[in-house]
Amino acid sequence: MTRRDIFRSFLPKNESPEWRDVSFPDIESGLETYKKPWDESAVRHLLRRTQFGAPVAEVEYFKKYSAKKAVEELLNTVPVNAAPPINNYNDDKVTDEQVPLGQTWVNATNNSGMLTARRIRSYKSWWMMQMITQNRSIHEKMVLFWHNHFATQTATVRHPQFIYQHNLLLRKYALGNFKEMTKAITIDPAMLRYLNGASNTKKAPDENYGRELQELFTIGKGPGSHYTEGDVKAAARVLTGYKIRPLMQDTAFDPQRHDDGDKQFSAFYGNAIIKGRSGKDGENELDDLLNMIFDQQEVAKFICRKLYVFFVYSNITPAIEKNIISPLADVFRKHNYEIKPVLEKLLASKHFFDMANRGTIIKSPVEFIVSLCREYNVSFPSEQNYLSRYDAFEFMLLRSAYMQQNIGDPPNVAGWQAYYESPAFYKLWVNSDTLPKRNQFSDRMVLFGYKTKQQSDFVGIDLIAFAKSLPSPENPDMLIQGSVQYLLGADLPTDQQQFIKTSILLSNLQDMADHYWTNIWTSYAQNPTDENKTIVETKLKQLYKYLMELPEYQLC
Amino acid sequence: MKRRTFFKYTVPSIVAPVFIGGFNLRAFAASPLVQAYSNSSTEGNVLVLIQLAGGNDGLNMVIPVDYYSQYFNARKNIAIEENKILRLSGNDTTGLHPSMTGIQNLYNDGKISLVQGVSYPAPNFSHFKATDIWLTGEDSSENITTGWLGRYLEKQYPGYPEHYPNPQMPDPFAIQIGSVVSPALQGHSYPMGMAISNPESFYKMLEDHQDGNDDHFNSDRVADQLSYLRQLSEKTDAYAGVIKQAAKKSKTLSAKYEDKGKNNLSEQLKIVARLISGGLQTKVYVVNIGGFDTHAGQTVNTDTSKGKHAQLLENLSQSIEAFMDDLKLMGVDDRVMGMTFSEFGRRIKSNASGGTDHGVAAPVIVFGKKVKGGQIGHSPIIPDSATVNDNVAMQYDFRSLYASILKDWLGVDKDALSSILLHNFDTLPLLA
Repeated sequence: MTRRDIFRSFLPKNESPEWRDVSFPDIESGLETYKKPWDESAVRHLLRRTQFGAPVAEVEYFKKYSAKKAVEELLNTVPVNAAPPINNYNDDKVTDEQVPLGQTWVNATNNSGMLTARRIRSYKSWWMMQMITQNRSIHEKMVLFWHNHFATQTATVRHPQFIYQHNLLLRKYALGNFKEMTKAITIDPAMLRYLNGASNTKKAPDENYGRELQELFTIGKGPGSHYTEGDVKAAARVLTGYKIRPLMQDTAFDPQRHDDGDKQFSAFYGNAIIKGRSGKDGENELDDLLNMIFDQQEVAKFICRKLYVFFVYSNITPAIEKNIISPLADVFRKHNYEIKPVLEKLLASKHFFDMANRGTIIKSPVEFIVSLCREYNVSFPSEQNYLSRYDAFEFMLLRSAYMQQNIGDPPNVAGWQAYYESPAFYKLWVNSDTLPKRNQFSDRMVLFGYKTKQQSDFVGIDLIAFAKSLPSPENPDMLIQGSVQYLLGADLPTDQQQFIKTSILLSNLQDMADHYWTNIWTSYAQNPTDENKTIVETKLKQLYKYLMELPEYQLC
Repeated sequence: MKRRTFFKYTVPSIVAPVFIGGFNLRAFAASPLVQAYSNSSTEGNVLVLIQLAGGNDGLNMVIPVDYYSQYFNARKNIAIEENKILRLSGNDTTGLHPSMTGIQNLYNDGKISLVQGVSYPAPNFSHFKATDIWLTGEDSSENITTGWLGRYLEKQYPGYPEHYPNPQMPDPFAIQIGSVVSPALQGHSYPMGMAISNPESFYKMLEDHQDGNDDHFNSDRVADQLSYLRQLSEKTDAYAGVIKQAAKKSKTLSAKYEDKGKNNLSEQLKIVARLISGGLQTKVYVVNIGGFDTHAGQTVNTDTSKGKHAQLLENLSQSIEAFMDDLKLMGVDDRVMGMTFSEFGRRIKSNASGGTDHGVAAPVIVFGKKVKGGQIGHSPIIPDSATVNDNVAMQYDFRSLYASILKDWLGVDKDALSSILLHNFDTLPLLA
């Protein structure tokens, strides 16, 4: 049985079409800076990959820059300092005795079964809110990247305050130093709980974190990775001694629990020995361990490959390994594992903007939902209506989970399969179950939106406003072309656009019928009666429902 | 439990004939007495709607022989010559456009009911609003977002989509041939039918063709993702399987259809016939033919019986004739009734560009083996010297046709009828 067969056997029978073996001509362009053409298509590509979707206003904004300047701005814009998640969960079954409604629970100490579940839900809705209301920055995409990388599951951690702190950690280091981040993650309470670091003691070593630190977080399992089982054991011994102080809600190093013997590593690490340190000094062994690991060339390559799959395309051929990954890894090491220089090099490169790489990613559920909300500028209830506001983001959160991406709860410590399972990769997001759910979601947003439970606030798409934001919406060809360009990851051939125009916007009228759309659009603009509005809206509903059901809408 | 529900769950009526007191119900199906007992005779009935988009010039389709000189005076540049009008047996007042021999044959055979002067009060001249009115069944002063058939299907199949498909109703309730499900099929929350995006792709699906024409993509990488997504969306359509199966089970039998590529309506109706005879329990099919917005050059200058409009009417007539023939050969013609409609008729007086502008009432063609042949209503009254403002007057509200179809053909009871049609309408004797 090949790796592929094994993998396929996990899939429900007869539900997924065969995927071809992917072997395309290699892309010649390399990491040199991309200059021209800096057109809307290039801007959209950059925005779709580094943010969520490419809203009309954002494309207008970045058009006046160059690729390099746009990337710089996306990397350097300081993210909004968001207010922490709040109690939105009091009801007839649960009352939070410590935290009043509308106040944050992140410093509360009264976790209980019911409260924990509700706080985690509040936290996830809050995270969805951060993504949908993000400012002009790559930051939210990177937080999601790191969540997939340093994956944890709220269902295992089961401690809302730790989970929230962990998220703040991802935010703090999202564009910072990867080595420092790895250290912070190693002793982060949520991670200590998730991978049993807190139960890793001299008496009873637990190898869980020591293994994943190497296999999933730093060295990886790429062609240059040769660490051994002995290295897993040795790393676990280095990492003994950390514990969580539940009252203080933090981590402490306990020398009593630390193994202060010497730790011998394999030839992969140059037969390094980490000298045992005792007492308080024991916690400095972590730096020794990370120094040893980060001395390996493979670390930078591993992270660059993951960034490549997340931002560019899934198929890393030998040529891409040589021409893209390797030089990127050099940049990463040269800058002592600072993340920004790597992203800047990759995202401003000719390779990133190569036509062959555009529209090649199937959106993840989070990308699908967050992009839709941002592209159409879907409005959410205001902060004053916090119950309604949280409910609206929770709706988005639950839709995403329903489509198989539940933020905060990836399937396991390896993150979501679509980012690593070869050869299918992103195709794994869509199957006979999730594709109809995506269509139902976009249909719903177009046709009748969501009404929040508390105040019946309407969360949906204002199609007329969207059409107005496009150039010359009164011209049916322009309206369709603009919509196709803004919404679809791949272009539609002209005959298909004509087909859509005639059958939807012109109700099958033929010949000189373009002016019928123009007339009705103009009469609505001049005289927005209910009747005119209904006619225009009915057409637009059909148009956008149709466009978002196209396979091209799944791409970014 | 309603009587018809009882039948639905106890008697596999599709397989075995239903007997009451030793009599085969089917044999009495047309008798009003049995209809009073039960609506099970309407159980397998199918409605086919043919939408003529653009506003069909009814006056050149169904020509008032009894007002010929007024007709001719009003539209000299496009009027059909009197001797070319197709005459109808038993009908001295009305004739058909010369290209409609198919409909002429069916009429003479008693399978066509021509309903004259169909419209609604306070007619609207906008394509879009007028189309909405016909599809939703709203008054012209209303803005209703559900379709008349959507409301019917919601009543018929409550709980959609959660509980469907199921063993009692494994098939789509309604099928639209076209890219978008007709607003006529829109329910309160969901479209109550599915669209077969276009005949070409449908044939591809039948023949197990993969999408091949991805040349326009900027990369193989995109084409690879798209081909995966396309295959998946075909496979995941809850109804794709049953539709494919039904189409495979049956073959086109009539030789009267025009060759492929010549008549798009023919292609659409061909699919409908195959799906009906292949055993789908689908109640409603909607097909479309566009191009009726004939403001200019409606006919050839030298011969008013030829030209754009003539071609459209020929396509229409020819495909209905072939479709009826096909259904007969398939042995399902008892179960099928169809109706054409257009958002409005056109002005009595033609314009100077050899065309006609947006008008009001027009005739509707109702067809089917069970239809009561003949004409309902009278020829439109045409003034001696028609002006640009003169319109064909309404004789029947289109919703009276809907009411008759729902009640007599689809078995909707009286109470449900007014809630589906939002108001009360008289019925017309469309069925024999």
